[in-house]
Amino acid sequence: MSLGRILLVEDDVAIVRYLRTVLGHAGYELELAEDGASALSAAAARPPDLVLLDLGLPDMDGQQVLEGLREWTRIPVVVLSARDQERAKVAALDAGADDYLTKPFSTGELMARLRVALRHSPRPGDERGADPAELRVGGLRVELPARRVDVDGREVRLTPIEFRLLVLLMRHPGRVLTHKILLDEVWGPDAVDEPHYVRVHMANLRRKIEVDPSQPRYLLTEQGVGYRFADG
Amino acid sequence: MTDAPTEQRPDPDRFLAELELEQGRSTQGRLKIFFGLAAGVGKTYAMLESAHAQRERGVDLVIGYCEHHGRPETDALLAGLPLLPRRVVAYRGTQLSEFDLDAAIARRPAVLVVDELAHTNAPGSRHPKRWQDVEELLELGIDVWTTLNVQHLESLNDVVGSITGVTVRETVPDAVFDESDEIEVVDIAPDELLERFREGKVYGRPQARRAMEGFFRKSNLVALREISLRRAADRMNAQVQTARRGRGATRAWATQVRVLVCVGPSPTTQRVVRTARRIAAGLRAEWIAAAVSVPGGGDPGDAERQLAHLRLAETLGAEVVTLQGEDVAGEILEYAASRNVTTIMVGRSRAATRSFWRGRGIVDRLLRDGGDIDVLVVNGDGSNDVPLDAPWRGGDRRATPFAPLALLGAMLAATLAAAGLRGLGLSDANVVMVFLLAVTWLAARRGFLTALAGSLLGVLSFNFFFIEPRLTFRVHDTEYLVTFLVMFAIAAVISTLTARLRTQAEASRRGERRTDVLYRLSRELAGTSGTRQIAAAAEHMLAAHLGDEVTVLLPDAAQELQPVVGSHGSFLDDRGELAVAQWTFERGRPAGAGTETLPDARALYLPLESPEGRVGVLAVRPEGGNVLPSSAQYHLLVTLASLVALAIERDRLGERARSSLVEAEAERLRASLLSSVSHDLRTPLAVIAGSASSLLEDGLDEPARRELLTNVCEEADRLARLVDNLLSMTRIEAGGMKVQREWHSLEELVGGAITRLRRSAGDLPVVVHVPADAPLVALDGVLIEQVLLNLLDNAVRYAGRDAGLEVRVEVRDRELRIDVLDRGPGVPEGMHERIFGKFVRGVPRRSDSRGAGLGLAICRAVVEAHGGTLVCESRSGGGADFRITLPREGEAPTVPAEPEGASEGTP
Repeated sequence: MSLGRILLVEDDVAIVRYLRTVLGHAGYELELAEDGASALSAAAARPPDLVLLDLGLPDMDGQQVLEGLREWTRIPVVVLSARDQERAKVAALDAGADDYLTKPFSTGELMARLRVALRHSPRPGDERGADPAELRVGGLRVELPARRVDVDGREVRLTPIEFRLLVLLMRHPGRVLTHKILLDEVWGPDAVDEPHYVRVHMANLRRKIEVDPSQPRYLLTEQGVGYRFADG
Repeated sequence: MTDAPTEQRPDPDRFLAELELEQGRSTQGRLKIFFGLAAGVGKTYAMLESAHAQRERGVDLVIGYCEHHGRPETDALLAGLPLLPRRVVAYRGTQLSEFDLDAAIARRPAVLVVDELAHTNAPGSRHPKRWQDVEELLELGIDVWTTLNVQHLESLNDVVGSITGVTVRETVPDAVFDESDEIEVVDIAPDELLERFREGKVYGRPQARRAMEGFFRKSNLVALREISLRRAADRMNAQVQTARRGRGATRAWATQVRVLVCVGPSPTTQRVVRTARRIAAGLRAEWIAAAVSVPGGGDPGDAERQLAHLRLAETLGAEVVTLQGEDVAGEILEYAASRNVTTIMVGRSRAATRSFWRGRGIVDRLLRDGGDIDVLVVNGDGSNDVPLDAPWRGGDRRATPFAPLALLGAMLAATLAAAGLRGLGLSDANVVMVFLLAVTWLAARRGFLTALAGSLLGVLSFNFFFIEPRLTFRVHDTEYLVTFLVMFAIAAVISTLTARLRTQAEASRRGERRTDVLYRLSRELAGTSGTRQIAAAAEHMLAAHLGDEVTVLLPDAAQELQPVVGSHGSFLDDRGELAVAQWTFERGRPAGAGTETLPDARALYLPLESPEGRVGVLAVRPEGGNVLPSSAQYHLLVTLASLVALAIERDRLGERARSSLVEAEAERLRASLLSSVSHDLRTPLAVIAGSASSLLEDGLDEPARRELLTNVCEEADRLARLVDNLLSMTRIEAGGMKVQREWHSLEELVGGAITRLRRSAGDLPVVVHVPADAPLVALDGVLIEQVLLNLLDNAVRYAGRDAGLEVRVEVRDRELRIDVLDRGPGVPEGMHERIFGKFVRGVPRRSDSRGAGLGLAICRAVVEAHGGTLVCESRSGGGADFRITLPREGEAPTVPAEPEGASEGTP
């Protein structure tokens, strides 16, 4: 039984060999593209369930491949980047990548990211027709119609912004949301250059829902990138 | 056998000098002089004929300048030779066409023909004289052919003048002639020359011909021919001797003759100096020109003339020395003895006996006390001596002018006082005393002229008012003539003494100032480092003490001079001035205002010479624009320039020493990096490779396989961490670390670091104290989180997982403190600072968790890039405290407020 078909865009033979073994063993079907151009044509010829995209490609920037894909499809894309490519990573996420992995990464980390990305959760900004009435992670429970938030059975009162922020993150558990995405969704497009808005409200939110705000369980920071809601 | 006669051994110094001369020649251009007894002998003709021969042989020969004097033969010869265009100079309404030195340098022919070596260039040219142009060409390696008449040779100038009655002022130093490579004597029989002169072949224009009629007489021409042939022969003789000595031929150098000539201010000194040069040259002897400067002695104008004579001697090839002392003859004799001088030459002139207090008879003293030294007294009939221009004009001269007001006032007062005394019935003798007092006062305060007039007026007044018959000028008694003479003598003596005192005081004041400037400058420079700072200090000091505009110019990478300090003299905005400075720098000779080279420049440029070479140029623009510094100031400037040059040199040497130290340090670091890195990379690689190859083999049981796999994972982690650290360090050292500040919450940064720590080290207790009201702080979140992670990771590794890890944030007024604390064994004494060095490692709790020793170095670099500090301290009660202190900068931004408890609001 196949968990899904993955298009791997990567030119390094060793990484390819490793991923082919690991992903094949885990039950994924793997297709390989060694450069950006063949990746774009392969994706168009037979759309995969997920694209695993290396940002450093021989013929073009991974960013260009991502933009090319996003012109016509919402297929989940997870980018692979090296440590010193912070900006490229954030740019890729802002341009519509679903998640990222920094080399070197562990197999466990890889599987978790793929699982989250393939969950077909709606991307931020998509219409959320089939929204559940209640979100629940651990001791945290949010009743959407009533706008009520409980932590371990104790009700907490949130400001409208804190509420929107929390709901946005909870709807995409395990997925990183960049500052830009959060600002755009919660405050509107005028606020995208004010990352401290997020930081201040995130600090307040943590004080209300975390046991120890400096050692959070739910609202995790991806420094330099954004925030991720703990996945289960 | 053992004692070879010293005469046979070639003097090594001389040998060296000849060698140097020879080597100098090989890079220098060669100078060929066509030498004749007078105009019209056919020097130019001969030169142009040779030029044609050279051209035919394919030599790149160019005519730089040729005067044809309207002679058709010369014109005909010029045809067919490449001519350099002339430079047209406008001078006093006429157009002068001059030799274009720059064009010649740019053209760079193999041989350049420049007629008339003794020519004086038009004002505004680079050099005042053509022979200086030629010297520059030779220095640049261009061969030069030129012409010269005997009367233009400096040492023969006066002799020729006395024979022909025509003294020319255009002269060429003998050194140029003697050091030329080839002399071609263009000789002609006097009768033939006279014939040519009468035919108008020498001077085309009749008026010129008439003017020269006195010169072109047979007796003159015979004498000139003899002088010129003898001079040329002398020179050849010298060449032959040089050649012979070079081959080590024996020659009796029984005595080394050394001539010393006394240089004074009198115009006759010129004659003495020229004679000395001839005698020294005849004896092939070294000669020294010595001037004695008497402290505070005499007229400053004398000093200037004396200096001019020294310069003359220098151009004639003398070694020049200035002695200090009151006793002129004594100083000269002492110096002569110290230098083994065999002959002293001195002029006998009226000037020597003029000043009565100097102790007369320098000549007598020399004759009496000279001992073994020959004293040659040269007749100083200065009737047709033209005083030389003092090279440095203006400056200190402080003549006491005639003061009519003081004169009248003093005399009126004296007359009134005398009238009063007379009223008291005092005698004439006492009345005269009052006038004497007035004259004395005038002499002391207002100088000789005023005092002289005072004594005259005093006598008249005394006569008019007090001597019978009163109110007339009739004098019955010659006694009053004596009164006048006494007054006059007193005026003379007192004013002279006063003037001397004043100049002495002035001299000592100047000396004091000079010492003061030198002292202050050297102290200032000694305490300054950095070339720019030294230049600035020198400019500041010199400008303050000399009152001139002073600028230091140093070469940039392209060897182009640039003013060092921003507020340089405005005169340097002129490209021309910079060009003069550049010339000075390239040639190492002073140039600009007051020198022989480019005297029309607005400033004086002195090369900054240090033992290691030329470091730059000092530009001095005299205060008020045009007044040049006096000779004393000039010498002071030269001394100051060498002081500045030495300071710059010292700084450069220091800089070099420092940079080589830094380089050695870097080298040591690189070596330790290589050894450390290669070890740290190889160990995990060995483990991974070994474990992996074992895993490929069959027959391993499950626990063994697990053990190996765990090894591989752990070592891979270690390798990853090491590579990360190495990359960070490389980026920091390459200056590539950019701090991207954003407003961050410290709570979040600490939380992020702890989350990451737990991801790699597993769940472990960390106590966090962050004040609830901690403001946002502007910093680079990624970097600071990494610092916190490194510090925590370090604590886990060296103190242990349960060593009471703690992070404490404290917000102060102007700074922010973050302490990462543990209760482990602490940092060993003496290591608190060292642990921040690269590749310094402590002893970890578990031997498998060794790092590369880079983590703390990176942390410190990051914190310092934020303008903060990172230190390590021991905690009371045990453990380590790593303390980050960051400055709080700027006002934290605000966030739009919103009502609390609004979960009910619209999402």
